[in-house]
Amino acid sequence: MNHPKTSYTLAFAALLAVGLVGCGKEEVKVEAPKVVVLVAEPSVTVKIGHAGPLTVKTPHLGKDDENGVALAIAQANDKKIKIGGKLVKFEMMSEDDQGDPKIGSTVAQKLIDAKVIAVIGHLNSGVAIPASEAYEKVGIPMISGSATNPTLTDRGLKNTFRTVARDDQQGPAIATYIASEIKAKKVSLIDDKTAYGEGLANEVEKTLKSARVNIVGRERTTDTETDFKSILTKIKAKNPDVIFHGGMDQTAGPMMKQARELGIKSIFVFGDGACTEEMFVKAQDAANGLVCSQAGLPSQAASTEFLASFKAKFGDVKQYAPYYYDATNAVIEAIKKADSVDPLKFGPELFNVSFTGATGKVEFDAKGDRKDAEVTIFKMADGKLMPVSIVKAGVATKFEMAAAPIAAPAVVAPVAAPPVAPATKPAEAPKK
Amino acid sequence: MDTFLQQLVNGLTLGCVYAVVALGYTMVYGIVQLINFAHGEVVMIGAMVAFSVITALAGSGMPPLAIVLLSLLAAIPACMLVGYTVERIAYRPLRNAPRLAPLITAIGVSIILQHVALLIWGRNYIAFPQIVRTESYVLTTSVNSATITNIQIAIIVLSVVMMAGLIALIYKTRIGIAMRATSQNAAVAGLMGINVNSVISFTFIIGAGLGAVAGVMVGSYYGIAYYQMGFLLGLKAFSAAVLGGIGNLGGAVLGGLLIGVIEAFGAGYMGDVTNVCTLNQFLPGFAAMCDANSNASLLGSNYKEVYAFVVLILVLRFRPSGLLGERVSDRA
Repeated sequence: MNHPKTSYTLAFAALLAVGLVGCGKEEVKVEAPKVVVLVAEPSVTVKIGHAGPLTVKTPHLGKDDENGVALAIAQANDKKIKIGGKLVKFEMMSEDDQGDPKIGSTVAQKLIDAKVIAVIGHLNSGVAIPASEAYEKVGIPMISGSATNPTLTDRGLKNTFRTVARDDQQGPAIATYIASEIKAKKVSLIDDKTAYGEGLANEVEKTLKSARVNIVGRERTTDTETDFKSILTKIKAKNPDVIFHGGMDQTAGPMMKQARELGIKSIFVFGDGACTEEMFVKAQDAANGLVCSQAGLPSQAASTEFLASFKAKFGDVKQYAPYYYDATNAVIEAIKKADSVDPLKFGPELFNVSFTGATGKVEFDAKGDRKDAEVTIFKMADGKLMPVSIVKAGVATKFEMAAAPIAAPAVVAPVAAPPVAPATKPAEAPKK
Repeated sequence: MDTFLQQLVNGLTLGCVYAVVALGYTMVYGIVQLINFAHGEVVMIGAMVAFSVITALAGSGMPPLAIVLLSLLAAIPACMLVGYTVERIAYRPLRNAPRLAPLITAIGVSIILQHVALLIWGRNYIAFPQIVRTESYVLTTSVNSATITNIQIAIIVLSVVMMAGLIALIYKTRIGIAMRATSQNAAVAGLMGINVNSVISFTFIIGAGLGAVAGVMVGSYYGIAYYQMGFLLGLKAFSAAVLGGIGNLGGAVLGGLLIGVIEAFGAGYMGDVTNVCTLNQFLPGFAAMCDANSNASLLGSNYKEVYAFVVLILVLRFRPSGLLGERVSDRA
């Protein structure tokens, strides 16, 4: 009995010793060159701001975005970029806007006062819109990787960008899917009264109406509500084929669960805010069968290098991290182009950046919107979101298996994808 | 008809939860004339503790019902402890202070409890693991029949049992007599040999225990819990207590049920009643709005939270002591 114990202890001690020696060696190795670098080259530290809800509403998504920014910054620092002959060290300053427009404006001022050179954020359209005014005044560029409300870039601001598609690209895509794929005759709409939810529901409604789909009722709730039984009961009486909800997953999850309890059999369709696997955690089995859209490519389709390095550092991508990663890299690219860390100098260069990021080619149009942004339609089966088709510049293509080794939508994709293409074109028309 | 029945079921379930929470407010008010604003947070902590227990045991292979019972058995003492501690630390030292002081500490305690929960359980909306399968039972034979789930039935039955138990406790036991005596006049009750401090502590403990059960019910009903869930729930339950007549147990139950039903019917019907296209027939001015959007309502479902409070204001305007109120407001 005693023998094995002793030998374990010995082995453990030996391991410890090896470990200690190893650590000691490494420390020496790292420190030595660092000192040399610091002495030899002049360096400058610049702060890149990030802002999103980190404590309330959708903190899981806010944190995901922050990780995307952190990864881009860490990689840029590893590359030891030199601007104007000086080594640039990037630092992230991450602030919690609580998904609240009022707090967002305060946070914006805080970031401006801290002299950040650019802001990557905010997550919610309703927060990003007022905050962008503050950044515009001082000429700090703001790039959101998730705010999809059209108003954000429609106000002629020179410093406001986004790396995702707009609601008026996303709304018509999802509405087209409802009309031509699900072939719904009656649709009920619900929104959470936020700039995002209401804006998206409006876009869906507009396209559905032009496709002559009957809209039976438009209900409104809030983004913190958990009880949807009474509005769902009202909807149940109208017996729609599809219920579309413009809102985030924390309302969409309980909503779907409660709907199934009430015996509602309609298909649930959501925008990107509820297009997360968190839906399965919140609605459990009730979430299966939901259809949702995401502005941009599915996260499984993000570049494999990105996915690998993100996973090593932070685990699985929740949703927008690749877009925040690309947004951060767009800033770094612009800095390199302008050879300056002054926001007034590199800001205009953002319109000229062109590189292949985690979500494909990153280029901005004159408004600051992403050129040729994609919209992906997903379906949930067994708690996993499967991409079923990708809509880009009015053309829908079936989801490429090669791009996503994880998902295998072999059965779903061929059936779902082709018919979307013809119907998408008229839907996209009013946008232009 | 099915819709009406369904809204009634929704409203009654919600109303039962409000009633149980309202009892906690009204008992404390009846005894110390204090509005315990931290009561909503006690309910939240009940839900959170139950969540932790259920999550820990979900994979253990125990029968689901046993897990739920264990979660209740953990949540109730935890909340009782919180209720007792809050009374002992935040309210008792201020018992003879001006009325505004304990009210402000109550709000302070509520914020502290929220943030303690934030630290322990995090800031996310947490999903209750679904261990008891939700079964829906149809109530009528039509295609779109109204349904009632096993969880709804459990909530209603449990609430009725607890209310009956509470009434038995207060009207049939010695400690009940002591509570009623203290509520009538604490000083004189003290002279009669009643330990006023322990009676008040007991009241807080019972109220917190009810709150714990309400928290578990809300959590498993919606399948979701988060650290701010107690705020609006508490506010509505408080309104229910005032609506029925604060300090009056029957009033709290009546007020809770009314608020629940009003909310369900308000959200369910007001939108259709105030649809601009319906109003169009009476007032030609709405015709243009109706053409623009056939689904526009003046009071849509987004006013859901408002109905309960509108009714509260109306009742207080015409009957300041509440529907069944016996306590006149000179002491408040």
